[in-house]
Amino acid sequence: MFLTPEQQAILDGAKGETMAKVMKTLVMYGDAFEAEKLVPITSKYNHLVTSFGLKVMSPVYDLMQQLLDSGVVSDQKFSVDPRPVDKNVPASFLQNFVFKNFMYTKQDFYEKQLDKLGLLDKNAFTCACYLDEVGNKPKKDDVLSWAESSAVVYANSVLGARCNRNSGIIDIMGSIVGFVPYFGLLTDEGRKATWVIKVETTKKPEAQLLGSAIGMKVMEDVPFVVGLDKWIGDELNDAACAYLKDFGAATASNGAVGLYHIENLTPEAKEQGKALIAEGAKEYIIDDAELERVQANYPVIWKNPDAKPKLCFVGCPHLSLEQLKAWTDNVVSALEANGKKKVTIPTVFTAAPGVLEVFNKTEYAQKLKDAGVVTSYICPLMYMNNPLCKTMPVITSSNKLRTYTSARYYTDAQILETITGGKN
Amino acid sequence: MKQFKGRVVTPGEVTAEALVTKEGFNTLASFQMALQFGDKEVKCGDQNNADIHGKSMLRKALCLPQTIGSTTGGLVLYCACAMEKNPACMLFASHIDSLAAAGAVLADVWVDNITMPVIDCLGDEFLNYVKDGMKITVKADGTVEVE
Repeated sequence: MFLTPEQQAILDGAKGETMAKVMKTLVMYGDAFEAEKLVPITSKYNHLVTSFGLKVMSPVYDLMQQLLDSGVVSDQKFSVDPRPVDKNVPASFLQNFVFKNFMYTKQDFYEKQLDKLGLLDKNAFTCACYLDEVGNKPKKDDVLSWAESSAVVYANSVLGARCNRNSGIIDIMGSIVGFVPYFGLLTDEGRKATWVIKVETTKKPEAQLLGSAIGMKVMEDVPFVVGLDKWIGDELNDAACAYLKDFGAATASNGAVGLYHIENLTPEAKEQGKALIAEGAKEYIIDDAELERVQANYPVIWKNPDAKPKLCFVGCPHLSLEQLKAWTDNVVSALEANGKKKVTIPTVFTAAPGVLEVFNKTEYAQKLKDAGVVTSYICPLMYMNNPLCKTMPVITSSNKLRTYTSARYYTDAQILETITGGKN
Repeated sequence: MKQFKGRVVTPGEVTAEALVTKEGFNTLASFQMALQFGDKEVKCGDQNNADIHGKSMLRKALCLPQTIGSTTGGLVLYCACAMEKNPACMLFASHIDSLAAAGAVLADVWVDNITMPVIDCLGDEFLNYVKDGMKITVKADGTVEVE
């Protein structure tokens, strides 16, 4: 890899041993991809994936402490993924005991480290950092050192920024040196689509189901999706962006997609059209039957597959303001239709602290509260990341949550029907 | 015995028993429960991976196409190495992905006394040939012997 004299000096120890190790990490990381050079990060803010003070992750906090003790921090402020606990979310005495005494015992310690490392503010905990209410929204062609798979795929695809699927720790190391290796999704060639996905459904496909099907098929490749604009339009408005947020999260967690193009909608697809499709691209046709097949093949790992759900999570990735409002309207209407006052299953809607702050000032907040739905800034994945939840029948419309936990996936419509007493 | 030649991502030599997944290896889903709750055998917790779900990954020669899933993948692998809960080596049929590369590099640079050779580009034939329980020997130049 070609290094500038400044970069070479850092690697040789001119800014201390710890900084040299940070640079060595990035150079080795780039070498694994035959990166020809390091390029400057141009985004205003960074985003980190590691938000949780899990006792078992001690090696991460030790490494962060090494950075802090050596004065090796970034000039770039950052947002970070959601907090793992929130007292508003229903949990048993035992769960709370386990969270507090066994799992997240490092949370306070780690949040203090994050503050010293450059956390934007105390509310900057969300996976959907690019929402307006949060404010970490990169510009087109910005070069990023982000992690968090759902944020990276959104930044690349919907905002047209340039970021590889960096891992946690690599995210902050790139930001510290101010450079990232130039390979993959940073390059024009790496942003070409090697799959053409033809959406031939008879109705608007469920975002998280479509994303799952595509992710499992193309893995880490770049898909160019044809026929979806028919259902979500050719304008990146709130509804389309929310759809793409959820779609992208499913492609990234069910596969390893870091960038997708939607014909006539996403920025590069609008600019370049089918010229984005690489020669020899493979084809995958998705119709109603294919989506049904994909959903039917998800494993059900509940001890009793017919158990009544004990908890429902909606909002992984975090909901947008418009999604919160739409869910409120839908829940209120469905309850009324079913002759109920409150949801029949404990239900949690999750969103960024900044989004919840705005939502709570609207008339919708009281309606949702009256319907018995809890709102939270929590990360549902972190909540469920323990053996107690493994035996707990949790339902969700998040395909990411389904992938990493024992939560069972249902479409938004099925979830609505279930939590409002339309179906037991 | 059959030999395959790959590319060295992080160096080392080791002999271990093969553990094979033909599906993408989801690092977070595979390791999270085992690391968090001290599973001494480090059994794979990924319910979506029928090839290796429930099987011990500790000190095995993990043979895989690529890793998939959350971008915590690299730091989870780094933690597994720092806690000595890692596979003996990772052998990729395809080019290594960015998350696995990050984990391998972080372990190599920041963890003392760790040797987890990582070899990629071994080809589809490698993954078609190797089976659970076969003896794997990794050489310093990226040669992988399967018997």
